[in-house]
Amino acid sequence: MKNNHNILEIKHLKTYFFTRSGVVKAVDGVSFGLRKGESLCLVGESGCGKTATALSVLRLIDSPPGRIIDGEILYHDEDLLRCSGKRLRQIRGYGIAMIFQDPQSSLNPVFTVGDQIAEQIRLHLGLKRGPTVERTLHLMEQVGIPRARERMKDYPHQFSGGMRQRIMIAAALSCGPEVLIADEPTTALDTTIKEQILDIFQDLKQQREMSILFITHDLGTVAGIADRIVVMYGGRIAEVGTAFDIFDQPKHPYTHGLIKCLPDISARSDRLTPIPGMIPSLIDPPEGCIFSPRCERSMPVCNRKRPEEVVISGEHSVACHLYS
Amino acid sequence: MSQKLVEVENLKKYYPVTAGLLSRHVADVKAVDGVSFNIMERETLGLVGESGCGKSSLGRALLRLEEPTSGRVLYKGSDITTWHRRQLKEFRKEAQMIFQDPQSSLDPRMTIGDSIGEALLIHGVGTEKERLEKVAELLQRVGLEPEHAARYPHELSGGQKQRVGIARALAVNPKLVVADEPVSALDVSVQAQILNLIMDLQHELGLAYLFIAHDLAVIGHVSDRIAVMYLGQIVELAARKELFHHPLHPYTEALLSAVPVPDPHQKRKKTSLPGEVPSPVEPPPGCRFHTRCPRVMELCRQEPPVLRSREGGRLVSCHRYG
Repeated sequence: MKNNHNILEIKHLKTYFFTRSGVVKAVDGVSFGLRKGESLCLVGESGCGKTATALSVLRLIDSPPGRIIDGEILYHDEDLLRCSGKRLRQIRGYGIAMIFQDPQSSLNPVFTVGDQIAEQIRLHLGLKRGPTVERTLHLMEQVGIPRARERMKDYPHQFSGGMRQRIMIAAALSCGPEVLIADEPTTALDTTIKEQILDIFQDLKQQREMSILFITHDLGTVAGIADRIVVMYGGRIAEVGTAFDIFDQPKHPYTHGLIKCLPDISARSDRLTPIPGMIPSLIDPPEGCIFSPRCERSMPVCNRKRPEEVVISGEHSVACHLYS
Repeated sequence: MSQKLVEVENLKKYYPVTAGLLSRHVADVKAVDGVSFNIMERETLGLVGESGCGKSSLGRALLRLEEPTSGRVLYKGSDITTWHRRQLKEFRKEAQMIFQDPQSSLDPRMTIGDSIGEALLIHGVGTEKERLEKVAELLQRVGLEPEHAARYPHELSGGQKQRVGIARALAVNPKLVVADEPVSALDVSVQAQILNLIMDLQHELGLAYLFIAHDLAVIGHVSDRIAVMYLGQIVELAARKELFHHPLHPYTEALLSAVPVPDPHQKRKKTSLPGEVPSPVEPPPGCRFHTRCPRVMELCRQEPPVLRSREGGRLVSCHRYG
């Protein structure tokens, strides 16, 4: 382990959803840390619990049906799951900010975008009108919105998807948070616009030394921006490592499969190598390893016992019986 | 040499923009604005572009699911835009569509078997017993079990639903299938299964595909030739290999460089493409791409380029290539 201190540490997090058809164990014992100035990517397919993990960090899980039933979320050693509502609101503003996938539905259609960015500045920093406007302008320029002074008086529907996502980023940055959680921020965007938004993230990391928790299903995107990667499957962590560990020496059969099933742009190979089967239901997941029904290297022990995390080398660890 | 199955000539699809109480016609969204290309028998033509470039409108106009505004679509040499209902119904046996969202394209109150069998029923294929057998066979062909026929869509996963969508399209033994973003709603591990299925079926059944997607990596995997669309027009059309190794149009280049490479050793390059896609209601004068083009010239702002052939049968619409 490096001596880098974790700004944010998630310990044994369990977030369950109590639905009529049963208990969905969306996050089932997840632990990892986020360091200063690093971009950590949480990768997995739909239903793997990556968004539920992110929402749990800021206690944004809808309850009912959801509930965080166990674990700790330490932000500078303060447990967010046990702090007061007032304290949490403070942290949500200038400690940890979050960006969502769909900028359309996270902006309020009846307020101008300038108002929506300024709201947080007034609320959290208590600035007067003049400085608030200046700061809003500055933020909008920073995220690359042209003609910011005119455009801050426009409403969300007057912006394109890419521009709306820039506004969301500006709003998230408004109080200078230390940690930015971005949940699939580029998924709803077109290829060339996606690249522009990723550029902004890269700048944020380099210039502001921000810690970014980037959640995505797209391994290709991850490779370009991640320092470290957490691969999730079925509400659990399958593998953690640096980007090089994960792409060069994937250990978990699921990580392996994910990388191998990507279409390769440079060759029309006749067949892809898909992972057989489908994503499991998280209601009554199997006793042992949750990936074992789809795993080609499954052994008898995999059906009986849940694999523990095994350290491979340095920062690389995997939860798989092949290595224990 | 394989035959031309479809010839599209100067196809246009405009959607009216109306305003006011009386719905005055004030402008047009020029979704598809003068597009020409061919699809050969047994080939996959990939159609790639960003949202709003008109690729889906093109796919739908090509099958006359929507009436084209003007232009011709020749299927085996005869113009389907002049066909009447009865001829069109026959055409539907030859040309089918796979939709992006299998959830919304399947009736939630019909069993899978009924959904697939409906196509056979409408076209009066076989007796009821034969139809049931055919449904079972189709389900197996797309990698499901005959037992799935009795299930309802909500009981299936996204990938399985897309398999049903494919089975339904294949029920009438088409020659041409327009696949509109068939894998973009699926997870990567399932996406690979469906792409394999789509390619296997092509070999087995001799299908021609118009494969529409925004993801160049997916398009590159399945296509023989690729057409790149921008703001209602084709800017480049070439064989897959040539397009990937020597893109000519600056937009194709930009799209290619934006394909994320799953390799952390390759440092991300910053994008070369500023700005956004302009509105298709009032496309920019001259070359439509000139507002974002990194290699724009004076001529590009004034005169629209023409899609011209280059060596190797490839087409490009850019002033840089004369």
